[in-house]
Amino acid sequence: MSARPVPVELLPGPPPDWQPGPGEPRLPVPPAPRLSPRRAYLLQKLVRPNWLNRRLGALIERRPLARRLFTAAERTSKQDLFGCRMCGQCALPVTGYSCPMGCPKELRNGPCGGVGPGGSCEVYPERRCVWVVGYERAASAGHAGDLRRLQRPVDHRRFGESSWLNYWAGRDENLWTDDDGLAQPPAMGESA
Amino acid sequence: MSSLSDRLAAGKFTITSELSPVRGASAEAMKERARLLIGWVDAVNLTDNQGAHVRMSSWAAAIAAREAGLEPIMQMTCRDRNRIALQSDLLGAAAVGMENLLFMTGDYPKFGDHPGAKPVFDLDSVTMLWTARTMRDTGKLLSGNELKPPPSGLFLGAVENPFAPPEEFRAARAAKKIAAGAQFIQTQYVFDVPAFETWIAALRDEGLTSRCSILAGVGVVRSLRALDFMASGRVPGVVVPEDVQRRLRSVPADQLGEEGARLAAEAIARLKEIPGVAGVHLLTAGYEKKVPELLELAGVSQGRGPLPVSA
Repeated sequence: MSARPVPVELLPGPPPDWQPGPGEPRLPVPPAPRLSPRRAYLLQKLVRPNWLNRRLGALIERRPLARRLFTAAERTSKQDLFGCRMCGQCALPVTGYSCPMGCPKELRNGPCGGVGPGGSCEVYPERRCVWVVGYERAASAGHAGDLRRLQRPVDHRRFGESSWLNYWAGRDENLWTDDDGLAQPPAMGESA
Repeated sequence: MSSLSDRLAAGKFTITSELSPVRGASAEAMKERARLLIGWVDAVNLTDNQGAHVRMSSWAAAIAAREAGLEPIMQMTCRDRNRIALQSDLLGAAAVGMENLLFMTGDYPKFGDHPGAKPVFDLDSVTMLWTARTMRDTGKLLSGNELKPPPSGLFLGAVENPFAPPEEFRAARAAKKIAAGAQFIQTQYVFDVPAFETWIAALRDEGLTSRCSILAGVGVVRSLRALDFMASGRVPGVVVPEDVQRRLRSVPADQLGEEGARLAAEAIARLKEIPGVAGVHLLTAGYEKKVPELLELAGVSQGRGPLPVSA
C-alpha cells in the first residue's frame, strides 16, 4: 500500500481580519461554519415553510422597510454562523451546513478535483475545502446522502435577497433534485 | 454516434491520450503534434486552456486533430464562460461535427499565465453535463427555447479525481456526473492502484460501470524535474505517493524517464485487469513521441501502429 500523505494543519475558519462589510456578499475565502451540525439541522426545523412562516413571509414582503430589516438580520446572522454570501437561494440544508458559495469556484455539486491531501482548498491551501467540511458534517449527522442530490445552476438575479423569504414564498422549490437522479434522468427545469 | 462511443460500446479496451493545443496560431503545428499519435490511440483530448494557460481554443485544435486523422474529444471548462457562451460554443462544436465533448469545472485562474483573470464558474461540471444532455435529449436550451436542430449524437464525458478528499464521496461525485449525463469518465493520474480499485468498486456496486465507461488516467513521469514539480503539490489534484517517489528517485536521474515509463506500463497492465475499466487515458503532457513505446511496454499495442502513409 502506498503511504498516505500526512495531513497538514489547516486553519478552520476565516482569517482573523475577515470583515464582510454590508453589501459585500461574495468573498472568495472558504468560511467555516460556527454552528454544530446537530444544532444546524435543528434550526432548519424552525425555518421550514410552515403556515406561520409563510404568513410571516407574506407580511414582511408587503412592507419594503420590514423586508430590508429582515434581510439585514438574515445577512448578519448567517454571515456570522456560516460565512453566508447572500446568494438568496440557500443550499445549506443539503450541504451539511457548510456554505458552498464560500468555495472560490462557488461549486454547489461537491468538491472539485483539486482538493489537496489533508482536505485543503485548491485556491487557498491554508484553508479547508468547504466540501470536505460539508461532507464530514453531513456524514456525522447521517445526512451524507443529501450531497448526492443534483444542484441546479444558481440564479444570479437573486444575490442579496433573503433566502428565507424566497424559501417561504416557494421561489426556490427547484434548487435541487429529490434524489441522486440515477433512476431517471433528472430534468433541468431552469427556474424562470 | 462517434467511433469512440462505438468502440466503448463494443467493450474493446480503449486508449485515449491528451493532446495539448499549441500556444500559437498554426493549425499545421497542431496537426504535426497529432500525427505522432495516429494509429496508436483511439481518441485524443484537446484540452481547454489547461492549467488556465492560454492555448489555441479546443474546438479549433479539435478540428485540426480530426483533419490530421485522429478522433477528437473536445474539452470544455466552466472557468472562462458563462451559460450563454457554453451553450453557444456547444452548438458551434456540434455544428462542425464534434461528437465527443468532455466537461470539467476547470483550474482556478490563479494557477495560470493570467492569474488576474476573472473566474467565471457560472455552471459547474455537473450542471454543464446536465445542460449538454438536456440540449441533446430534449432539444431545448436552459431557457426552454427550442433548438432547430438539436445537437444530436453527442457523446458526453467527464473527469473525476478518485484520490482527492473526501475520498468516501468521490464515487458519489462520479455518480452525480453520470446522473447528469456523463457517458464516459476519465480519471486523474492513477499512481495508487488499490485506492483506484476501491473507488471503481463503489461504482460497480451501483451498476454504474455498465452505464458509463471508465478510463483510468495513466501518466509518465519523464524526468526528475517533472517528478519534483508533480510532487510539489502545486499541480491541482495531483499527488505522487511516497512509494512511487522512492522508486523513481532510487534510479540515476538519467534513467528516471525509463523507470517512469516502466511504472506507467505496469499500471496499464494492472488497470486492464480491473473489472469495470474500459480503457486508459494517457496523460502524456507533451510526450506524444513516447506513446508507442509505452503501449508496447504495457503489452497493449496489439493491432496498433503507425498507419501506412497514403499516397
